[in-house]
Amino acid sequence: MKFTFSWLKEHLDTTASVSEIGDALTDLGLEVENILDPASHLESFTIGKIIKAEQHPNADRLRVCLVQTDEGEKQIICGADNARTGINVVVAKPGSYVPGIDTTIGVGNIRGVESEGMMCSEREMGMSDEHDGIIEIPSGQIGEKFVDWLKVKNPSKMDAVIEIAITPNRPDALGVRGIARDLAAKGIGVLKAQEKVTLPGKFESQVKVSIDKDTQKNGCEIFSGRLIRKVKNGPSPTWLQDRLIALGLRPISILVDITNFFTFDSNRPLHVFDADKLSGNLRVHKLTKPTEFIGLDEKKYYLSEGMVVISDDKEIVSIAGIMGGLNSGCTDTTQNVFLEAAIWNNVQIAKTGRVLKINSDARYRNERGIDPGFNNEAIELASKMIVELCGGEPSIVTSAGKVESKARSYKLDLNRVNTLVGMDVSEGEQLRILGELGFEVNQGRAFPPSWRPDILGEADLVEEIVRVSSLQNLIGKPLARTNIGVPKPVLTLLQRRERTARRTLASIGYNECVSYSFIDRDSALQFCGGDDLIPLENPISIDMGYMRQDLLPNLLKAAQRNQARGFLDLSLFEVGTIFSGKEPGQQSIVATGLLIGNTSPRDPHGDRRAVDVFDAKADMEIILQALVAPKTTKIYRDTPKVWHPGRSGRISLGPKNTLAVFGEVHPKIVKSFGLKGSVLAFTVLIENIPTRKVNTATRDALTISDFQAVDRDFSFIIDDRVEASLVVGAAESIDKSLIESVTVFDEFSGVKASQQFGDGKKSLAISVRLQPRDKTLTDKEIDEISSKIVMAVIDKTGGELRS
Amino acid sequence: MGVGMDDLEDLRVGVLKHISEVSDEGELENLRLRFLGKKGEISLKMRELGSMNPEQKMTYGPLLNSLKDEINSALIAKKTAFQDTALDERLRTEWLDVTLPGRVRGEGTIHPVSQVTDEVTEIFADMGFLVAEGPQIESDWYNFDALNIPSHHPARGEMDTFYMKHPKNSNEPPHVLRTHTSPVQIRTMQSSGAPIKVICPGRVYRADYDQTHTPMFHQVEGLALDKNITMANLKWVLEEFVRAFFEVDEVELRFRASHFPFTEPSAEVDIRCSWSGGQLKVGEGDDWLEILGSGMVHPNVLKAGGIDPEKWQGFAFGMGIDRIAMLKYGIPDLRSFFDSDLRWLKHYGFAALDQPILSTGLSK
Repeated sequence: MKFTFSWLKEHLDTTASVSEIGDALTDLGLEVENILDPASHLESFTIGKIIKAEQHPNADRLRVCLVQTDEGEKQIICGADNARTGINVVVAKPGSYVPGIDTTIGVGNIRGVESEGMMCSEREMGMSDEHDGIIEIPSGQIGEKFVDWLKVKNPSKMDAVIEIAITPNRPDALGVRGIARDLAAKGIGVLKAQEKVTLPGKFESQVKVSIDKDTQKNGCEIFSGRLIRKVKNGPSPTWLQDRLIALGLRPISILVDITNFFTFDSNRPLHVFDADKLSGNLRVHKLTKPTEFIGLDEKKYYLSEGMVVISDDKEIVSIAGIMGGLNSGCTDTTQNVFLEAAIWNNVQIAKTGRVLKINSDARYRNERGIDPGFNNEAIELASKMIVELCGGEPSIVTSAGKVESKARSYKLDLNRVNTLVGMDVSEGEQLRILGELGFEVNQGRAFPPSWRPDILGEADLVEEIVRVSSLQNLIGKPLARTNIGVPKPVLTLLQRRERTARRTLASIGYNECVSYSFIDRDSALQFCGGDDLIPLENPISIDMGYMRQDLLPNLLKAAQRNQARGFLDLSLFEVGTIFSGKEPGQQSIVATGLLIGNTSPRDPHGDRRAVDVFDAKADMEIILQALVAPKTTKIYRDTPKVWHPGRSGRISLGPKNTLAVFGEVHPKIVKSFGLKGSVLAFTVLIENIPTRKVNTATRDALTISDFQAVDRDFSFIIDDRVEASLVVGAAESIDKSLIESVTVFDEFSGVKASQQFGDGKKSLAISVRLQPRDKTLTDKEIDEISSKIVMAVIDKTGGELRS
Repeated sequence: MGVGMDDLEDLRVGVLKHISEVSDEGELENLRLRFLGKKGEISLKMRELGSMNPEQKMTYGPLLNSLKDEINSALIAKKTAFQDTALDERLRTEWLDVTLPGRVRGEGTIHPVSQVTDEVTEIFADMGFLVAEGPQIESDWYNFDALNIPSHHPARGEMDTFYMKHPKNSNEPPHVLRTHTSPVQIRTMQSSGAPIKVICPGRVYRADYDQTHTPMFHQVEGLALDKNITMANLKWVLEEFVRAFFEVDEVELRFRASHFPFTEPSAEVDIRCSWSGGQLKVGEGDDWLEILGSGMVHPNVLKAGGIDPEKWQGFAFGMGIDRIAMLKYGIPDLRSFFDSDLRWLKHYGFAALDQPILSTGLSK
């Protein structure tokens, strides 16, 4: 909402400055977005008189002028043709800022002659584009401030334009009068009385109005109008044009400009029909079938069933409260005009406006709410202005429907400001504020004025009081602690796990990414499968059309962008939400890590190698351990299709409850994301990790045996697709109490192994640690258990002991 | 008897001379065997002691023992000297270029959004606020209606809402991506009832993209309900938060009247600050910086959450996590948060062990 300072003063008697007004507005909740105050740039300019003008000795186009100023006679060099003896000019003395050329003037030397300042053109002062010589002013005292002179002689050029943001609850502040009322309540002046006008009708309007029965309830409360005949339209007078131009509006004609005037003056949209273009009467009704309509903006709209429109006997002439029709609009030649003021249903306006995507001033205001108490006054005020500016004679006002009373009242508890806000405002001040805002207070109840549809309860009354009184007076008061003493932990187990996963991954060298929750269609199809996509209705771009069901796609994209920038060794992770459906709650938190390139940067120590599946596996295991996942998991090979079929595994508690997936990303996926090299990754499904059953900080007792542990190594030749876990499991099963651990310490497979051991064979070596609990093992006992281990492995794997 | 015992002094001189003259450890060992070995000269003389009378024993015993000790010491000293020389020789050949780089271990980082979320959580935890979360795909009711934003409300149009694709023939309004964390207020009221003290951090979505807007960003919501909570308590909580978060001694907050459908009265909150050279200083200067919106929870919102507005009242506030991260750590561009540029992650990221803790101070 924009308005000018002078317009505000039409409604508000005040001596406050523009900046004081600005501060008050922001404090009131009418946040100032911008103030354009031409006077603020012109403060330092004064009026002077050229007492002598002579040719510059060294320049044909320049003159040396002697100028009488408030600081005595000054020598000023000037290039303007009109710089001559005897004229009054505007002087910028040294030290003044000249906005049009963005320069602070100093004492200069122009072609060998000293110059103490500058005489300015309008353009140099930032007032207009006029640059045809310096300003000559016909009057004024030498030394008088130029702004003071201008304020008297040409106030419109000095008018400050104030722009404020209006929150949706304040339709009344969409008119200058409403803003003035708020300021008056705040004590920044006095609200001037609204002019009361009644223009007696001279005749019955030939155009009658009606509202269909089914449209009265949720369409149009009241529709009033009046015919004014024998008007003479044309360009508006300067004062009216100036006002609209200052707000950025284009003056069109008197009749149209008057409707715009009331829109901004009183938040009262009006419409004018050229009565000669109307056929018969006006009828407000709901459309029963889709119809095309050409609006005042000359665009074609497709109106649908149920929208509220105004029709004459022939066709639709207006989309009610949103936009009039081109065919019935006023032009410069309009002679008879029908003026409309109506109260439309704001929900209906909002819906229709949204569907048609029309953002007119009328819609904006009608959907926020027009003062129903001002409908008839608006007709009178507007017709008075029409008659004054265009001549003509008004008919008797014709009207259909009636204003539904929204009179209501709320208990006014003068203590409530203190109990709800915690601020002291005296009772007298509270009542004064409500009174100034137009509330009536009667028997302990407050009745909101008709222009405040947003006041709907006690809390609103409190808000009005503290808002006007100023929240800057609010002083903080400590909030009591729920529990006295040391605060308890606040995070849930899942929240803690999320944090642990994050910090653990960072501690082992991964960089955390936070990526969008959106993915593109191709990624969605690759990662989520056809039927279960989660599309958005209105994505911001084609790359962000679907909700992610996996963190990998965005990490792969991030990796690709970083590779393209020359970063080839990457370890990235994200801990975030993925979605499993489009219903609220179909989401879960997972942690995904991704590795590409080498284990370390190039260095002279020669330890560098390409990352592989077992790096990803180790890191995943660190996360699982940090999250205290149970150790009774198994590794399954049935991973989703985005993983390399032979180089990936699924960590699962039982066959179904997947805790994590790790491995190499499928080469096809890697290629489709434009990545080079193989990509290793893992995802830990944090929410699938069961909650620990025992919730105690106490550890199990540590049992240490005093007897010497014995390590025995065994090497087997087995089929190369026999998994190590089978060998380890077979060895472990021999004696769970004696065998403390079985670890794989060597694997020899591939072509050379085949040559040595036979086709499709490999060797696998394990180390078994035996830990006796009650006595030292004898050689015989060790040999016995060793041969059992060998037998068990051979039995399970069909392999043989490597000799 | 007595023969051989008288030349002990000669023996001593001779042995020590031999020891001083040997040239390597091997010869030294031979000497040791020659004198102190089982059949060494000293050992043989020791044996003779057994056949002596007590008086002789008294005389020669100590003499022999001290001679043995002396020879032993001389052998050890000589041996140590040989070893020191050998070590010195070895060390002379052992040289490394210590200016070569050490073995690099990749340093991981925590994203500023996570770090700042942890900081905010830590501060509010101290004031007794729990952490609540909620769905990001949210029903129209939770995101709007329950928050006193009915379907025709102009605020809906201003929110740039993302809608989920929806069957054409459905009568239900489509689900949305939550436009704010405020729906979690309602869910918390429904699940736990009053009194409540929670913060709700998380992702929110608006269909907007330019230098200062991204279609996804992070908010944290705060909600406190009890019998007597006032807006003055809200101001104190926010003052404490801002002071702790920006790690300054003094802050000044300015409340400005505003409007949010879900609070009444509502206020925007500015902090006093100064900007110099692109650096924000909180608590001093002549500028005001808007950091959050807040207010007293609207009675309609309490009702939607199943809480009796006649009995309970309280405040709510919401602020941008990314935004306060930008302010605190001087990060210029919001869009860069979600770009996963390794250079950015390393530059603005935090070490894993920099977990914000009040007792140590939140940041380094």
